[in-house]
Amino acid sequence: MDFGQIFNLSLGYLFSPVTLAYALAATGLAVHFGYAGLLNFGMAGFMAIGAYGYAISILSFGLPWWVGIIIGMIGASIFAVILGIPTLRLRADYLAIVTIAAAEIVRLLFTTQLFDEWTNSADGLGGYHADFRSANPFPPGTYGFGPWTYSADQLWVRVFGLLLLGIAVYLVWAIMRSPWGRVLKGIREDEDAVRSLGKNVFAYKMQALIIGGVFGALGGVVFALPSAVVPALYQTSLTFFIWTILLLGGAATVFGPVVGAVIFWFIMAFLDALLPAMASAGILPISSIQAAILRFILVGVALMLIVIFRPQGILGNKRELTFVK
Amino acid sequence: MSSNGTPQEPTTPDAATPPASESVTPVGAVSPTDSVSPADSVSPTGTVTTPTGSVRRPKATGLATGEAVPGVAKTDPIMVIDNVTRRFGGLTAVDVEHLEIPRHAITALIGPNGAGKTTLFNLLCGFDKPNSGTWSYDGKNISGVPSFKVARMGQVRTFQLTKALSLLTVLENMKLGSTGQKGESLWASVIPAIWRKQDDEIESKAMELLTRFKLDAKADDYAASLSGGQRKLLEMARALMSDPNLVMLDEPMAGVNPALTESLLDHILDLKDLGMTVLFVEHDMHMVRHIADWVIVMAEGRVVAEGPPEQVMHDQAVIDAYLGSHQDVDLGVVTGRIAGELDTSAMELLEEIEEEHEAAIAEAEEENK
Amino acid sequence: MSRSTSSDTGGAGIGTGIGATGASVRAEGKTDRVVVEITDLYAGYLPGINIINGSNLIARKGELIGIIGPNGAGKSTLLKSIFGMVKVRSGEITVDGESVVGLKSDKLVQRGVGYVPQTNNVFPSLTIEENLQMGLYQRPKTYSDRLEFVTSIFGELGKRLKQRAGSLSGGERQMVAMSRALMMDPSVLLLDEPSAGLSPVRQDDAFIRVSDINKAGVTTIMVEQNARRCLQICDRGYVLDQGRDAYHGTGRELLNDPKVIGLYLGTLGSDGV
Repeated sequence: MDFGQIFNLSLGYLFSPVTLAYALAATGLAVHFGYAGLLNFGMAGFMAIGAYGYAISILSFGLPWWVGIIIGMIGASIFAVILGIPTLRLRADYLAIVTIAAAEIVRLLFTTQLFDEWTNSADGLGGYHADFRSANPFPPGTYGFGPWTYSADQLWVRVFGLLLLGIAVYLVWAIMRSPWGRVLKGIREDEDAVRSLGKNVFAYKMQALIIGGVFGALGGVVFALPSAVVPALYQTSLTFFIWTILLLGGAATVFGPVVGAVIFWFIMAFLDALLPAMASAGILPISSIQAAILRFILVGVALMLIVIFRPQGILGNKRELTFVK
Repeated sequence: MSSNGTPQEPTTPDAATPPASESVTPVGAVSPTDSVSPADSVSPTGTVTTPTGSVRRPKATGLATGEAVPGVAKTDPIMVIDNVTRRFGGLTAVDVEHLEIPRHAITALIGPNGAGKTTLFNLLCGFDKPNSGTWSYDGKNISGVPSFKVARMGQVRTFQLTKALSLLTVLENMKLGSTGQKGESLWASVIPAIWRKQDDEIESKAMELLTRFKLDAKADDYAASLSGGQRKLLEMARALMSDPNLVMLDEPMAGVNPALTESLLDHILDLKDLGMTVLFVEHDMHMVRHIADWVIVMAEGRVVAEGPPEQVMHDQAVIDAYLGSHQDVDLGVVTGRIAGELDTSAMELLEEIEEEHEAAIAEAEEENK
Repeated sequence: MSRSTSSDTGGAGIGTGIGATGASVRAEGKTDRVVVEITDLYAGYLPGINIINGSNLIARKGELIGIIGPNGAGKSTLLKSIFGMVKVRSGEITVDGESVVGLKSDKLVQRGVGYVPQTNNVFPSLTIEENLQMGLYQRPKTYSDRLEFVTSIFGELGKRLKQRAGSLSGGERQMVAMSRALMMDPSVLLLDEPSAGLSPVRQDDAFIRVSDINKAGVTTIMVEQNARRCLQICDRGYVLDQGRDAYHGTGRELLNDPKVIGLYLGTLGSDGV
């Protein structure tokens, strides 16, 4: 087993588009759940809408790449409103049920043959990168060192993703320390009390749902930027990875989603390299293909352990969270 | 409040206070001489100091335009309620024909269990929808207006089970109470320059109120660390942040230990001095007698009496509603635990109970058919 | 058998007089045997905040114990502590001599503790009969025997067995809840404000029925807001204030104690309060 290679691969994930994308989506989920107390189990749907909005705008309508991003954000907002209107006046469980179903509906709509003209159904979309790459400010060459060596295009994706993440994190920090954030904190704990103080609780929850959804869509965009948009990627398991990241880092914190995403992907990459190597070396009594899948089982176990033993995550404050007893 | 400043003289019992007279004073005026006894001293502002040093504030008079019967019109009503009903299945919880709440006065809404006070209260605050009826606040029809809008119009409420937001600090709780905050709009929230100044003003107002309620030392503590009584004070202080006109208190004394009662009562009296109108639901008769200018008594969903406290509390209909007309019966005798004979009152009680049983059985047999 | 006096009440033989009905039945049922004993209890729901601050209580077999006090004094909490629903920080609670601190509520039902909460006390989707059957679940006894006993106290229940409990009024649900607790032949019955929400006549009816239940031999501890009525029928009472017993004595003693009258029995229409 080549530990040097294993570590090399894992460290690369500290600064990868996947990590950035997941961090963005987790930031959105932090707004939903950590700050507003909304149980959104459909983040994969928001990410899909962001990614497809981006790709379809470029490929089917010939729009510039930045317009594609905006379309993705608008799509996510509409999705949030559709989800919110029937459910936000009801108990939290209803939003949870509706969002799981809605995300699956979104994925299936993107998979179906019906919209094949725009979505390319199950095969997904690719080849939309040219416009984005043409906006690359870095001249061609090699940048970085060690495990973090990139071409100009690779660097541009990462820098752009980091930029979006930075803006998202800043926005979360800014609005949560504002009076708006104060109202949201109150709503999370007791809606009636906040109503009696003259605040339109429904409007605040809807705004939170939209903001978080837009961040999720941006996560989908960053995820799609260097690769492809395939519907099979946006399954419910993606939603639960985002949840794991959020709870790991700290649900109601500004940097928790980022910390969680980095740790999560480092470990996933590490295990992805380590476990098959162990299987090949005969240490694990399974094949290397099975070993690669094993890491997903471990994620599930980790999620359970976090929820049971440390629900406030790494950065979270136990006292501040309503769901922590 | 000057109760600490005046020198304590040896305790002499207060002379009995004459009931506030209705007819001679001008409309809505507070008459300083009404509750004064010879031993008291009256200050230029009209506050009365008894020989024991406690300040008793005069009650508002001249609130009604006519005789004090249920539904009487008020000289200056802040709220007018018409034909409000609320049913839960077969049970009529509230059935009020006409009711007016007087402005600049402290009105108590009392009644025995199941009278419908809390239901009516929730209806008026927009926390429940009636089956029928309308009510107006300051002349505006607000029936059907959701609770948060009502709060913005100057009508605030507190809750029987205090809703101090324990995951926020005391100061954050207070700031939340202020209305019209620019920073509460999503777009403006990102740019502190827009709301920072207003937030600072709100903060100083909050600290002022907290100091008045003696909670200023706790400003940065989480509300969870406050005692029950302190949370009551916080909720009241928070309600004042929006400069309301009508303050509706749901059982403000519930769960408060007697040591804190006096202080809470003084704060409620302060509200009236500051020009607000207060409507509160209560069980505690001492409190009602002490600070209410006007009392509305409900029983079984209807208003059975209203008027100044002394008058209402001696009304036979009210006493019956609370205690039943058999308050003098000793159940110890009725149940055979105490030696004694069953007098006529006890026999009547047993008859009434028997009638209720038979009615229940007849109803059950009806349903079985 | 004469009723022995207990050291804490100091009273002598009150209540064994020749009353209108069944007084002799009660005198026989009284023994020294302690059914429930609470010693120096500290308990609360949230960590760090105690609702009960050093409370003591004794209930002997066949007694009717009343617990009164102002709002927030912790009366309901004290009852719930016996039933294992509140965290005990220190102190002791015994039922039939054995400590029950830390036991879950279902274990307490097995030991014969019957608890009747103030609200949410029936299964609304079940009929009255099914509710009563639920009462036998933990301590199976003969259904028809217990039903006979219950309907001897609550006559009208027998005629409404098929009625859905959800369609009953608050007072009627109280009745069903009490009956359900009685079905299991409890060694002690805990009642949380049985008169709450009832009109005055129905309140008196409820108190008389509680007295009847107790006269039939059921040791009863009742928390009440209607202090006067409660003290009129109970053997001994405890006045709770801020989580500790401020006064205790026989029902009659407390009823006539000026301090208790001033604080908790002041009512409409009485002068000089």
